[in-house]
Amino acid sequence: MNLEELLAIQKETKQKRQQKPKQIRCCIASGCLSCGAESVKKSLDNAIKEAHLEQEVEVLGVGCMGICGRGPSIEIDPETTLYHNVTLENIPAIITSLNQTKTSENLPPQGDLNHPFFAYQKLIVRENSGKIDPDNIDDYIAEGGYQQLHHVLLEMTPNDVIKEVTKSGLRGRGGGGYPTGVKWATVAKMPGQQKYVICNADEGDPGAFMDRAVLESDPHRILEGMAIAAYAVGANHGYIYIRAEYPLAIKRLEKAIQQAKRYGLMGSQIFDSPFDFKIDIRVGAGAFVCGEETALIASVEGKRGTPRPRPPYPAESGLWGDPTLINNVETYANIVPIIREGGDWYASIGTENSKGTKVFALTGKIENNGLIEVPMGTSIRTIVEEIGGGVLDQGTVKAVQTGGPSGGCIPAHLLDTPVEYDSLQKLGTIMGSGGMIVMDQDTSMVEIARFYMDFCQEESCGKCIPCRAGTVQLYDLLTKLVERKATQQDLDQLEALCQMVKDTSLCGLGMTAPNPVISTLQYFRDEYVSLLQVT
Amino acid sequence: METKTLTKQPQKSGQKVDKRFKILEVTMKRNHYRQDALIEILHKAQEAFGYLEPDVLEYVAHALKLPLSRVYGVATFYHLFSLKPSGKHTCVVCLGTACYVKGSDKILAALQQELGIKSGETTADKQISLLSARCLGACGIAPAVVFDGEVTGKQTAENVLEKIKNWQQHGEP
Repeated sequence: MNLEELLAIQKETKQKRQQKPKQIRCCIASGCLSCGAESVKKSLDNAIKEAHLEQEVEVLGVGCMGICGRGPSIEIDPETTLYHNVTLENIPAIITSLNQTKTSENLPPQGDLNHPFFAYQKLIVRENSGKIDPDNIDDYIAEGGYQQLHHVLLEMTPNDVIKEVTKSGLRGRGGGGYPTGVKWATVAKMPGQQKYVICNADEGDPGAFMDRAVLESDPHRILEGMAIAAYAVGANHGYIYIRAEYPLAIKRLEKAIQQAKRYGLMGSQIFDSPFDFKIDIRVGAGAFVCGEETALIASVEGKRGTPRPRPPYPAESGLWGDPTLINNVETYANIVPIIREGGDWYASIGTENSKGTKVFALTGKIENNGLIEVPMGTSIRTIVEEIGGGVLDQGTVKAVQTGGPSGGCIPAHLLDTPVEYDSLQKLGTIMGSGGMIVMDQDTSMVEIARFYMDFCQEESCGKCIPCRAGTVQLYDLLTKLVERKATQQDLDQLEALCQMVKDTSLCGLGMTAPNPVISTLQYFRDEYVSLLQVT
Repeated sequence: METKTLTKQPQKSGQKVDKRFKILEVTMKRNHYRQDALIEILHKAQEAFGYLEPDVLEYVAHALKLPLSRVYGVATFYHLFSLKPSGKHTCVVCLGTACYVKGSDKILAALQQELGIKSGETTADKQISLLSARCLGACGIAPAVVFDGEVTGKQTAENVLEKIKNWQQHGEP
């Protein structure tokens, strides 16, 4: 494959798409599939055939459109009419409406693309999501795919690439927020022939599904991002470590890798340059701790996913003791646009210390459930009240939980906080991978803290005592509280133990496990106190 | 020891060579018997056998030249591997945060009461296995429940119980 061939595929695919005046895009990502999107797409296909409209209408299966709570979703182009909750009964009406005949009856509810849910978003990571067929590499190439890889391999030095990424100010989207450029530079500087890049697709936070949607909707974006990273740090082998719970994402990634290989966009001497790169998929087996980088590496090596103390960091000694770059799915997804538009462009979006956009999985007791991508610095109030449409059943927001079991709760009176790594940390929570769960007045914060502690005690790998025993004790104390059997002494002990587990655990899981307790104690202490036994 | 493990497999299904061991063999070959592919191989083994029986673990350990303790260690560390057979039907209740705040704990409680088993167990008649998941990533349609691999959203205790009753009525004795 060379650039001319790539551009020819782009042109051809675009022309092919424009041949038919109408296009129905049907979401076939996990959210919509579990609401019956597959049968909707099938009967759309059939109905088009029966109406002899094959020459005029194309039905395309695409990735996630964002508004997962109202699936199955379809969008009709060029009018960009969006329909929600499409059922099989709606199909005839949809087909008739293609000829502009007004048949308001039986049409599914129409979505409004000017609604804040869509209008307030800025799509960088998800720019192709819901637009291209994730199973078709040509669709990705039609949107300019693999051109940045070509540009990087033939016109930039590894150092140039790292400089561009550093300039963009991109920080790790897996939750830690470590500057991506610095991480890449560290791995690049390490001596040694063999280096690896790993994509962390072990999205274990309950309430988060951003990475899943990106992988299911635009898998080539990740492959291209990883290839660019590999070139920059001097690696020739990549691994995608993905949860077994995401079978569709695995299937699409496998297919994407095959297609890229067939096109010569993966393998040896890509674009006739000296750069070789291959990617293997490693499927996890259900262990939250494997999201932690050293545990993830152990799991890629086929061992129990237990973490080890750092340093040495994976950048120095990672997979099989070789320098290894580990980034999260969303981090890799940002690379192509950064190379295409330049680091300065990316740095112009967002805030002083948090650049670009962030994808959030907005769920819980909220009107508009789904995936959103907003510029950093957007206030949580805007996200919850405007984009999210407020709390279900006219309820009120009590708290917004971010960062999953490693994060904390933001109380209602602090909703005007902008979404940034540092501002969230100041509130005692974290950005995390991007789960955002809205809780209403009926939610018991002590119950929520207990819920997360239950999660952590079960997911603790057991290697270090503070985490293994501490989380169990914390869970028991919280249970005692919930059952109204606790005394002030228990509450004091709970607080002391939180601090100890936080300070003495080996890895991120244990260090952050007490966070939901600490943060709910900070903002909702009265709830804890009201559960105490009167002595 | 070596021959013992190997002769064990054809005996399991009588005269014919067990097809499931063949699948396992092909998977291992495809992975070049690499020790780091242990997790992928165990996935395939569980898919073929339904669960990881001791014979299978021994067989894998032998083929990959790994100590059995290491294979057991990995098989018991990860939640998705099961060393016990599962029922004819499986019902997985998602306990992710989004599902939880929308009442999936009540769904699980109702199921536990109806079936008389705890999460992670199988009914005595081997009909239904009840499981819980940490997060299915289907938060948009919370609370989510998986019936025999099919994810369904916006569930309530009532319609979940109805589904289970359906299974019980139409299941073989």
